[in-house]
Amino acid sequence: MYTFSSRLKIFAVILIILGIIGITFGFIDSDKSLGDVKELLASESSHGGHGEAHEAKTVAHVVKGGNDHSDNTHADDTHGALSSDNHHAEASHDDEHAEHVMHQIHNRPWSALYVAAFFFMMISLGVLAFYAIQFAAQAGWSPLLFRVMEAITYYLLPGAIIVLGVAYFAGDHIFIWMDPEMVNPQSEHYDKLVAGKQGWLNKTGFLIRGIIFIAGWCLYRFFARKFSLAQDDAEKGDIRNYKKTFRISAAFLVFFIYTESMMSWDWIMSVDPHWFSTLFGWYVFASMFVSGITVIALITMYLKSKGLLPQVNDSHIHDLAKFMFGISIFWTYLWFSQFMLIWYSNIPEEVTYFITRIEDYKLPFFGMVAMNFVFPLLLLMNSDYKRLPWFVVMAGIVILCGHYIDIFNMIMPATVGDRWFIGVPEIGSILLFAGLFILIVFTALSKAPLLPKGNPLIKESEHFHY
Amino acid sequence: MEASKVIHAIYNDDDILMSAVKQTRAAKHHIEEIYTPFPVHGLDKAMGLAPTRLAICAFMYGCVGLAVATLMMNFIMIEDWPQDIGGKPSFSYLENMPAFVPIMFELTVFFAAHLMVITFYLRSRMWPFKEAENPDKRTTDDHFLMEVPVHGDEKALHDFFLSTGAVEVNIVDKAH
Repeated sequence: MYTFSSRLKIFAVILIILGIIGITFGFIDSDKSLGDVKELLASESSHGGHGEAHEAKTVAHVVKGGNDHSDNTHADDTHGALSSDNHHAEASHDDEHAEHVMHQIHNRPWSALYVAAFFFMMISLGVLAFYAIQFAAQAGWSPLLFRVMEAITYYLLPGAIIVLGVAYFAGDHIFIWMDPEMVNPQSEHYDKLVAGKQGWLNKTGFLIRGIIFIAGWCLYRFFARKFSLAQDDAEKGDIRNYKKTFRISAAFLVFFIYTESMMSWDWIMSVDPHWFSTLFGWYVFASMFVSGITVIALITMYLKSKGLLPQVNDSHIHDLAKFMFGISIFWTYLWFSQFMLIWYSNIPEEVTYFITRIEDYKLPFFGMVAMNFVFPLLLLMNSDYKRLPWFVVMAGIVILCGHYIDIFNMIMPATVGDRWFIGVPEIGSILLFAGLFILIVFTALSKAPLLPKGNPLIKESEHFHY
Repeated sequence: MEASKVIHAIYNDDDILMSAVKQTRAAKHHIEEIYTPFPVHGLDKAMGLAPTRLAICAFMYGCVGLAVATLMMNFIMIEDWPQDIGGKPSFSYLENMPAFVPIMFELTVFFAAHLMVITFYLRSRMWPFKEAENPDKRTTDDHFLMEVPVHGDEKALHDFFLSTGAVEVNIVDKAH
């Protein structure tokens, strides 16, 4: 039995409190009126920075003026006229631009909250899929880790409800199609493309689908956990509960692969309602799968270091590290397939997605490839390194940070554009959900013995050796 | 060249072979070679063989493949004749890199796989028309053979191997 140490509990509570402070600060800080934003933009353009584009334009005008100078005719007048015209044109443009920037600033705390909420929910969902696969494949090595996986999936229900709640309350701060003006033909904000998709992209449908996804996943989780605990108390040789889990796991995997795909369209891809990609669901899946496996490895190593999982040996860690390595490469394969196909054909309606990311998010966009691919590739290739806990922990932390940035890159460009920063609201949201995650997962861990002793494959798992 | 003698201890079960190997090592007899019809798990560890370095070779060959692909395409597509083909940017390697990645990947795998296999063949001395070095034909079917050079008391060695569970122990003259 694991007892939730009070130190860890206090640590989690501190994370939550710091997170709430950070998020509150984020909301207060982003509460700017149009006038504030104009001032901000004016001060930014005098300092360079965001105003660079405008400055470049001005420079071009000055050059034109310079040509006039060489003619020596009404040099000053021409120059003055040009620049005053320029000011008029930019005044109306500036208004629109300031409003746009104001929306981006307002969206930021919402998006920060959403990215972190989704990231931790996704870990839990990835672990649930991994758990079901272990059962459906009758894996002999992993039963020792089932209780760790079950505990991590405990976070799924609260986590997914939070994600759906944030999505619903954030509304058009994250999902612009939730703005009713966009589908109203009389409105000046009417968007024909979004209106054409309203059969799928509407708030009621979004909510109903979300509830179906969450209900399906959590129903599986509930029964799998129930049968797993019942199997512990079953008589020797009675594996009816194990067989039940085997069956529902197979059924769940079918349900999961459909709903995961649709979830990724709803909860992530629809932040860019003009854009679509066919392998997006798989791409999100790879991200959640590798983060989930990494968290299993991290928590297993933590418990083992406390002496609570004595039967877990190097080979189990080695297997988890192999999965981390393999699925990291699988993620890269999908990331690259999506990127390269769109880059290669360069169709305007698709390619804008990557243009905004490469122009405004160069470091996070390419940095995550280094963190999610190059780093695990080089660290986890050697089979001796995969047995060293500190090495796996190091790789695991980089992988988790990389996949947070992956989700960040999916959401942020659509909501805050080039106004992004990983600052107080983002880190506050991560701390909040990390604290919540630790609190829920370790409470769940302390509720059942860590050794699922009734599992028919447990002996094999205890003697697992690679 | 002197003709030395070796003992061929023949077993018909891999478990007995494994325990015989452990006993032989404990008795400090040098094992010259073991012939088995199939891979016996843990035999290399029981014999105390050094781990293979083939994987390290493969990694280096892969790096060579990646370098070959990069240098080749950089020369052909960027330096030698940078044509505009369908609007793809051929100003620098990095700008057009996504188009080169499939080839970079394949050549890495190609070099790693093929050169590693060739290394394996060379290192284990296998090639077409190579004369088979099989001391007993039954070892390709269902028997296991341990070869130990004879030093000193032949009779004692013979009895030792019989006691380890060998079904047959032969003392053979082996010309060097």
